Amino acid sequence: MALLNEKIRKEVRAALADVSQPVTFKVFTQPFECQYCKETRELVEEVAALSEKVSVEVFDFVDDKALADSLGIDKVPAIAVVGAKDYGIRMFGIPSGYEFGSLIESIKLVSEGKSGLAPDTKKMVAKLTKPVKIQVFITPT
Amino acid sequence: MLLAYQLALESDLITAHMVEAVEFPDLSNQYQVMGVPRTVIDETIHIEGAYPEPMFMQEFAKLLK
Repeated sequence: MALLNEKIRKEVRAALADVSQPVTFKVFTQPFECQYCKETRELVEEVAALSEKVSVEVFDFVDDKALADSLGIDKVPAIAVVGAKDYGIRMFGIPSGYEFGSLIESIKLVSEGKSGLAPDTKKMVAKLTKPVKIQVFITPT
Repeated sequence: MLLAYQLALESDLITAHMVEAVEFPDLSNQYQVMGVPRTVIDETIHIEGAYPEPMFMQEFAKLLK
């Protein structure tokens, strides 16, 4: 059964209509012992089907451990949203509910390659000298 | 969440992780997630709730000190 209904599919198709540069979801799953792995993979596959610029590559967390390590993926389900380069956008767990909107926005961001942040923010970020990890804990509702 | 993604896009040094708290209870416990969204920057800075960009960056600025 499809996760996205026709109304949502229509909205997503419209939201992704002007995506011009290719975006890839690198999805890591594990066939067993992972509650939301199947749903996460199906969700991104359904989204990718709505734009010819969006594609999905499915990996196994165990069999593709070297790639998972190189992408900093240490738990599943995981999605890396990658465009012309890897900007470091990751989702652990299923991006549903409110976060489904963020998933769609992440496609647009990665495709355009422009952050859209305020000039002051850009200035501050430019002063960083070491890697920074931002983790945002969310729930599906 | 979107702000974290935007920051990751802006800087090669920043990575942004969405973590679904229910699916990863151990991690949620480790970071004492009682409500969402809860943002943890570099293990040290904690932000409760959705901050607008200028307020978020005031917290972020602590990294540069």
